[in-house]
Amino acid sequence: MLAHDQDSLKRTPLYDLHVSLGGKMVPFAGYDMPVQYPAGVLKEHLHTRTQAGLFDVSHMGQIALRPKSGKVEDAARALERLVPQDIVAIAPGRQRYAQFTNADGGILDDLMVANFGDHLFLVVNAACKEQDEAHLRANLSDDCIIDSLADRALIALQGPKAEAVLAKFCAEAPGMKFMDAGPHEVAGIKCFVSRSGYTGEDGFEISVPAADAERLAKMLLDNPDVLPIGLGARDSLRLEAGLCLYGHDIDTATTPVEAALEWSVQKSRRSGGARAGGFPGAEKILAHFDGGASRRRVGLRAEGRAPVREGALLFADSAGGEPIGKVTSGGFGPSLSAPVAMGYVPVSLSALGTKLFAEVRGQRLPLAVATMPFVKNTYKR
Amino acid sequence: MTTTLYTSDHEWLAIDGDTATVGITDYAQQQLGDVVFVELPKVGRALKKAEAAAVVESVKAASDVYAPVTGEVLETNEALAAEPALVNSDAQGTAWFFKIKIADKSELGGLMDEAAYKAHTA
Repeated sequence: MLAHDQDSLKRTPLYDLHVSLGGKMVPFAGYDMPVQYPAGVLKEHLHTRTQAGLFDVSHMGQIALRPKSGKVEDAARALERLVPQDIVAIAPGRQRYAQFTNADGGILDDLMVANFGDHLFLVVNAACKEQDEAHLRANLSDDCIIDSLADRALIALQGPKAEAVLAKFCAEAPGMKFMDAGPHEVAGIKCFVSRSGYTGEDGFEISVPAADAERLAKMLLDNPDVLPIGLGARDSLRLEAGLCLYGHDIDTATTPVEAALEWSVQKSRRSGGARAGGFPGAEKILAHFDGGASRRRVGLRAEGRAPVREGALLFADSAGGEPIGKVTSGGFGPSLSAPVAMGYVPVSLSALGTKLFAEVRGQRLPLAVATMPFVKNTYKR
Repeated sequence: MTTTLYTSDHEWLAIDGDTATVGITDYAQQQLGDVVFVELPKVGRALKKAEAAAVVESVKAASDVYAPVTGEVLETNEALAAEPALVNSDAQGTAWFFKIKIADKSELGGLMDEAAYKAHTA
């Protein structure tokens, strides 16, 4: 049974490297992935915040959207039919965070969109990539060639030492700013490099041909400042950074407004904007922009030491009453040495400092609505 | 003279007369990873064998610690509240969880000795 399950799991081009580094492999989104290495989640997390961490995120989907007209603006206009973001305004060499929405205004997936000059480059979640690709094919095939880049790995290098480490292999890296993205050579390998990540730290994501991935990862890991980091620390880092995990903090039942992602929807796509609406669920999402949503994703800090985890019900009072919301991500924040969580609450209970209670093992633990990110981000803007 | 016994759920018990000191094994702490929180039972609580008695949490997950025998909680290790990481550094020593007054010594019959536990985790 177990052997069968493992057999059906996919492996990234860095699988052998993970095993040789002592990675503890677990199933994740259909892949056999390292949840941690011998250093452990706590050390891996703290090392990323103080030095640099290398993450294998090759399970994520990489897709090129190539305009049939040859003009990238046509691909951008086409993609705007599926996302509430201003894609046309993404300058060549820049990247933007976006969401695929559904007819109900919910989120099908969240993604990164980069303008590579003659085409758009998308990075989507592993668990959603097949569905996303089908969605793109069904809706954009008249305007774009949807090119699934399955032969590429994706490596993230994150943390305050990331720039100095990558600069040894990529002369352009230090000149890049947060959300710059484009084709660059790294150690002579033709890569796509973006200055972005999922940790709240400065850092890079490097798309590399699968055949060169292990060689590149080893070169980066040869630097004493760089440790390999597993999915465990990836999750605690993104949680401290207040970043959403698809399928947990955002899903088909949450609109971008409810998810507190208004910042990601540019004015041009909102009511009164130059290209207002025109994306799935626009009516509901714009109504949420204009009239407000009834609930909202907020950060939560516990008073005590007990982690409050995903699924914990939230209450307004220390006893009695119906649940007013639910924790969607939660755990221990190693950089804060304290529990951190996020969840959905009624807008009337979403003000910073609002006292709430989370039910954990039958007890109501006090917590308060708190600012996110929990740990200040260090993006190089 | 104390005897140490083990459960298949990776708790250890140091038996001294009709008192058992209970903790989790070194094997268990290695599997859990960095321990960040421990919740202990209240002193005086009557525990039934196999009942969830304590909780140990790593960065990633929460795990139950079960009562290896039936009995009353006599004492808990307050040091774990201040320093949960003790569970990683000294699981089978200073990081004991609680002491229990053994209600029925015949329950000890189903537990493992060190050799059997080593085989269990091999």
